[in-house]
Amino acid sequence: MSATIIVGVDGSEAGDRAVAYAKRLANLIGSECKLELVCVVEWSPYTFQTPEENSLRKKQKEVETQSAQERVIEPALKALKEAGIDASGYVKFGKASTILNNIAVEGNAEQIVVARSTEQGLSARVFGSVTANLVMSSNVPVTVVS
Amino acid sequence: MKKYAHMITAFIAFIAMSLSTSSYAAESLDAKVNAIFASATGWFVNLIFAPLPGTSFPWIVLWLVVGASVFTLYFGFVQFRNIGHSIALVKGDYSNPNDAGEVSHFQALATALSGTVGLGNIAGVAVAVSIGGAGATFWMILAGLLGMASKFTECTLGVKYRNEYKDGSVSGGPMYYISKGFKERGIPGGGILAAVFAVFCILGALGGGNMFQANQAHQQLTQVMGNYPGWITGCIFAAVVFAVIVGGIKSIARVTDKIVPLMGVLYVGAALVILLVNADKIGWAFGQIFEGAFTGLGIAGGFVGALIQGFKRAAFSNEAGVGSAAIAHSAVQTSEPITEGFVSLLEPFIDTVVICTMTALVIIITQQLMVDPATGMYIIAENGRIATEGGVSGVALTSAAFGASISWFPYLLALAVILFAFSTMISWSYYGLKAWTYLFGESKKAELTFKIMFCVFIIIGAAASLGPVIDFSDAAIFAMAVANIIGLYFLMPIVKVELTSYLARLKSGEIKKYKD
Repeated sequence: MSATIIVGVDGSEAGDRAVAYAKRLANLIGSECKLELVCVVEWSPYTFQTPEENSLRKKQKEVETQSAQERVIEPALKALKEAGIDASGYVKFGKASTILNNIAVEGNAEQIVVARSTEQGLSARVFGSVTANLVMSSNVPVTVVS
Repeated sequence: MKKYAHMITAFIAFIAMSLSTSSYAAESLDAKVNAIFASATGWFVNLIFAPLPGTSFPWIVLWLVVGASVFTLYFGFVQFRNIGHSIALVKGDYSNPNDAGEVSHFQALATALSGTVGLGNIAGVAVAVSIGGAGATFWMILAGLLGMASKFTECTLGVKYRNEYKDGSVSGGPMYYISKGFKERGIPGGGILAAVFAVFCILGALGGGNMFQANQAHQQLTQVMGNYPGWITGCIFAAVVFAVIVGGIKSIARVTDKIVPLMGVLYVGAALVILLVNADKIGWAFGQIFEGAFTGLGIAGGFVGALIQGFKRAAFSNEAGVGSAAIAHSAVQTSEPITEGFVSLLEPFIDTVVICTMTALVIIITQQLMVDPATGMYIIAENGRIATEGGVSGVALTSAAFGASISWFPYLLALAVILFAFSTMISWSYYGLKAWTYLFGESKKAELTFKIMFCVFIIIGAAASLGPVIDFSDAAIFAMAVANIIGLYFLMPIVKVELTSYLARLKSGEIKKYKD
């Protein structure tokens, strides 16, 4: 029986710690364990944009996807594969906590690994950080790496 | 950033040099600009607003009303039957999660609304009721409801026939659906009609989307800050717009785009507060609206006068049938063009049926329009308009109406007018640019030429007086509807096929909700 672990990554040092922890878990579980790295670009369908921004949005999404893939996903995947760990990764757009949870539920994942949030400021205080929201709303176990 | 600063400085210097020429010494600059502008545009205005033979009814108003009525009947009152589905689409209930990150239905609607909700809702409504009386409101609401079907038709076609370029950018609008749709159906003349639309769209962008905005923003500023020459407001506006559309300083547009919806909410909120405070007069106000709609209550032209003003200002405000919204909506991410038609029909409802009606009710309820107590008829001033408290018109009338109940509101309204004017200008600079590049090709030089011309017209608009500017703005916007509605008549069977297929698949469950 295989075990899938979803890892939230964003290219930050904290995200790297989440990957390192997931790697350790994968080694402990063995060859049946698969890591899925997910980089979520925060995006809301309810923002206000100019007509010009809208006309270029498709192109912009491609640029953002490619950038996240090259900067965040590929280096982490390369390191994991070199360590002999079965891993895949992709970029998604939306609300990070919702997307990570949905992917975990749909893929019957064992757990989600994320780093402790580094978000600060008014927005995080009022609406909560990505990590806090995920912990509160997730349907699968969440490990928060400090 | 330094490069942009140089460009803006050079633009301001160019304007200042133009303004300091000695030919303006004898006469004030504003009066000169006004005289030249009025004489240059008079023939165009007369052509567009020519009355039907033997009547005082402008043919263009009939053109819009007939168009909206035909679309309403042809699509079986789509605006009333499917409004629930429209709301579900905007909420994202039918949006594929894999499309996240691209333009949502909500974003396309909000962007189009930021181009239409603005001075038309504040100043335009005031003009309508100060000429057409309270009854103009009835016809304005009716035009808004019918216009929902026009918007549905044009925005569906806007998405269906948009151009998607290899680099991922998107261009759409009447010029594209007319040329491509006519070709597809084997109808000749699509290229010419599309070019005619593009020419009128450029004029509309310079008129209603630019000069009217600058003019009314200046009027509002003088209400708050005292009288000063319009070209000063024009130069400041032109410099800021130049910074955004030429300098590419998007942060200004971004900030405005966040504040404008807030201003919209505040405006509607303030109107609601005034209506609640005067709740006992709402029944009387609707009585005035219905009575005025069919009798005119003594205005020039009677009920026809009220009807003309109501329809004119509704069309100017919600732009249904004009074709501008099809440009804005065409960037949405959807595999079903008809879904954007459903979403877009909410636009005239929000713009006209809700916001314009709020403005009209506040003006009527605060009794800004002077009535002869003996006859119950409006008192008509020398200029043919209804006499108002303080003799004001346009945005000043709306300001006075809100100020009668909330003393500090004119200051907030001044800020709202400036922001609305700015966001509308940014939207219309894009619509005009798309029409310009359709005609002259997608090149940096062509784009820059249009953008500089757009900024110069801001100064002319702020300096000219309200009459000639409003006439030209109306004429230019309505001229777009001439070419667009001809195109829609020929292409509406394509929309019908899309609608029938979509509704059948929705009913059968083939089209599923992604969210419960």
